[in-house]
Amino acid sequence: MTPIAPASEQPDTFAFSADNLAAAKAFMAKYPDEYQASAVLPLLDLAQRQNGWLPQAALEYVADFLGMPSIRVFEVATFYTMLNLAPVGRHHVQVCTNISCWLRGADTIVEACRNTLGIGFGETTQDGQFTLSEMECLGACVNAPMMQINDDYYEDLDAGSTQVILGTLKDGGTPKSGSQIGRKTCEPLGGLTSLTDDAKTAGKTPGKLKKPRARKGKGA
Amino acid sequence: MPKLTIDGIEIEVEAGLTVLQACEQAGVEIPRFCYHEKLSIAGNCRMCLVSMERAPKPIASCAMPVGEGMVIHTNTPEVQQMRKGVMEFLLINHPLDCPICDQGGECDLQDQALFYGFDRSRYREPKRAVKEKNFSPLIETSMTRCIHCTRCIRFATEVAGVPELGATGRGEHMEVGTYIEKALSSELSGNMIDLCPVGALTNAPYAFSARPWELRKTETVDVLDALGSNIRVDNRGSEVLRVLPRVNEDINEEWISDKTRFACDGLTRQRLDRPYVRRSGKLEEATWDEAFTAIAQKLKGVAGKSIAAITGDLADCESMLALKDLMSALGSKNVDCRQDGARLDASARAGYLFNSTIAGIDTADACLLVGTNPRHEASVLNARLRRRCLDGGFPVAAIGTAVDLTYPYTHLGEGTDALAAIASGRHAFAKTLKVAKHPMLIVGTGALARPDGAQILAAARSIAENCGMVIDGWNGFNVLHRAAGRVGGLDLGLVPGAGGYDVAAMVEGAANGNIEVLYLLGADEIDMSGLGDAFVIYQGHHGDAGAHRADVILPGAAYTEKNATYVNTEGRAQTGRLAVHPPGEAREDWTILRALSAVLGKTLDYDTLDQVRARMAEINPNFANSDAVEPAPWGDFGADGDLDPAPLTMPIDNFYMTDAISRASATMARCTEVHLASQPQKTGTDG
Repeated sequence: MTPIAPASEQPDTFAFSADNLAAAKAFMAKYPDEYQASAVLPLLDLAQRQNGWLPQAALEYVADFLGMPSIRVFEVATFYTMLNLAPVGRHHVQVCTNISCWLRGADTIVEACRNTLGIGFGETTQDGQFTLSEMECLGACVNAPMMQINDDYYEDLDAGSTQVILGTLKDGGTPKSGSQIGRKTCEPLGGLTSLTDDAKTAGKTPGKLKKPRARKGKGA
Repeated sequence: MPKLTIDGIEIEVEAGLTVLQACEQAGVEIPRFCYHEKLSIAGNCRMCLVSMERAPKPIASCAMPVGEGMVIHTNTPEVQQMRKGVMEFLLINHPLDCPICDQGGECDLQDQALFYGFDRSRYREPKRAVKEKNFSPLIETSMTRCIHCTRCIRFATEVAGVPELGATGRGEHMEVGTYIEKALSSELSGNMIDLCPVGALTNAPYAFSARPWELRKTETVDVLDALGSNIRVDNRGSEVLRVLPRVNEDINEEWISDKTRFACDGLTRQRLDRPYVRRSGKLEEATWDEAFTAIAQKLKGVAGKSIAAITGDLADCESMLALKDLMSALGSKNVDCRQDGARLDASARAGYLFNSTIAGIDTADACLLVGTNPRHEASVLNARLRRRCLDGGFPVAAIGTAVDLTYPYTHLGEGTDALAAIASGRHAFAKTLKVAKHPMLIVGTGALARPDGAQILAAARSIAENCGMVIDGWNGFNVLHRAAGRVGGLDLGLVPGAGGYDVAAMVEGAANGNIEVLYLLGADEIDMSGLGDAFVIYQGHHGDAGAHRADVILPGAAYTEKNATYVNTEGRAQTGRLAVHPPGEAREDWTILRALSAVLGKTLDYDTLDQVRARMAEINPNFANSDAVEPAPWGDFGADGDLDPAPLTMPIDNFYMTDAISRASATMARCTEVHLASQPQKTGTDG
């Protein structure tokens, strides 16, 4: 379960800003009246974007907002690793260590993060800039190993590129997201292996499609 | 109706049933953990896997609706293998602490592991450990044992109506708990202990005190509210160790309230185990002879009209009958069973019963609550109202203090204005009741105990008559009693005869000397300080208010210690059975009165329990008709007059302490502390 901030760090109150209030209402309008609880995930996301993390006050606020029991919101908030119930740094570095990434060298990425940031999993740097977290599969196995920092995926990592990304962030820059080795989306590493020919330049036109033969009537 | 084949047995079942239910009808038992017939279907334990022909993989029978022509196999080697696999998964993280687990001997997991368990583990990894939770002072948690069936979560959300439990985290880190360590605010929380198929939630006061096979089990009825919930009392030796519900679909289904379940430790504390006689201002131990002689001496020369008797909330019918007969032998008409002063009329039976019956709530389609908080006055009945509400088409409105009933209702104000308006048909809710096919109203005894109780009763009666509540085959007029002894007392006619005193007059008479001798049969809830110089005889089982004021104490038996009849709020006569013997020199109550009558020279003409019961049936044929509800004929009751506009307040402030037994219970005292005294949230560090 994601760590929960101790009572001393919990703010007393939470309320949506005017913009978020409008956005929340827009989300709620998508669902029928009796299914307002469906909007819990977008609303929690809004709250997290506003506050940086989700304090208890925000969970209760969202619960009241949607007319659902606090425990139901709490269940959702503890289920998803994307929702942080304790403060995180400005850059939340989430490294996948699940099987595909691990086989492709996630351990070295983790090591690079530890060395560059000087923190371990679940820790935040002194300046509050970075938090390092271990993630289960983030669904980018094709480009393993990878990590997620805030909303962006950084793929095809190695120790060097990891250090570069973290260094850029440290300096206040914006690193390039996506594949770090120039791979286009999730094409094969060594270039395309199929559909490499352009049908027209090869002088072939697709043959006229044959009309499927009418099946003989069954028993008629 | 779909027809399916289960293990070669062809069976036709109702459409919409699940395969598991169909299997039960076919007499095939399916192991299960998460499925419970009173809860929604979760389908997460996977123990109920069966194989279905033409299905590519096993199906969870609890979640699969029956279909025409299904062929189900439940006893093939494949099915056995599947269940063994599921069991192995369940046991990965389940500790092997059965020898120190309170569930041992009555554990679903233990029982099913006997059939589907593997005799060794293939896992070398450490088992997970989960921190204990603080659910309530009544529930001991050992969450490491939890197998995540979610029965407790579903019970809290669906039946109890307190959505405070949930599953947090996921996968191996999933834990069942409350929102930020809050104690459960339900009066039905103890039922989770019964629902838990493993030893994760166990009975806290009973912890480590006995093994199920050491206990003697007695089937009896509860008296701590007026529902007459069917219970099983488990005792070892002379001590009642726990109380469990018995299934009775017409009354309590399979739930009981926390008071019913946990107040049993009060049965061993503050007990009156020998007679006492007040000598020179001090209560001193005495023998039965001395106590009876003291009474006989006092009564010598006292006129019948100066003698009065009040029966308490927990009084059984046999002793009430004996008291009534003794009082009339002494020439007194001053008997009253309405200790709280409720202005109920014993002449019209329909006027003091829960006429629609408890099960009738399921067919009702509109409800008006008058001065009652069923959540505190009859928690199990409130759960039924809640379920009816969730089914929809059941508008509920309430008059009186606004309280959380666990279901939505329209609050029509605290005072009696709305009552008068509905009675005269002016109120909008009167229309709602009129269009309903089976409307009902529930009047609380708190409202009837007011000085204008008879007028409130009359207003309720006219609502019932005007809104079509009293029709052929349906009577929606209901009085919700709080005391197990009340309906029995009214059935036996324990109300003042012509010119006799009622409770208020008796207390007044005692203060001004008109009443010289007052006999309290377990009556503790009257103002003891205002009894003047009256000679008070207290017969009861607990050293409560009545015993403190008494001049002679006759030690009686509590409900677990006698074979006695109680009539519940519906008018259903039920028999309680002796589980343990009364402590010390205490005796069954009717025998005390019978013995006293002989000393007084007014010997009652019955010597055995059967003879007493025959006399009861003579007075009211309802007693011959045990366990059944006879519809009562509609009659004239209540009194015309103006209603006092004062707010209708709720009679129960503290659900956990309402009678001599629960007031003596240490467990109920702890609940009071947690739920009432410390309303500000607990920090979790104070245990």
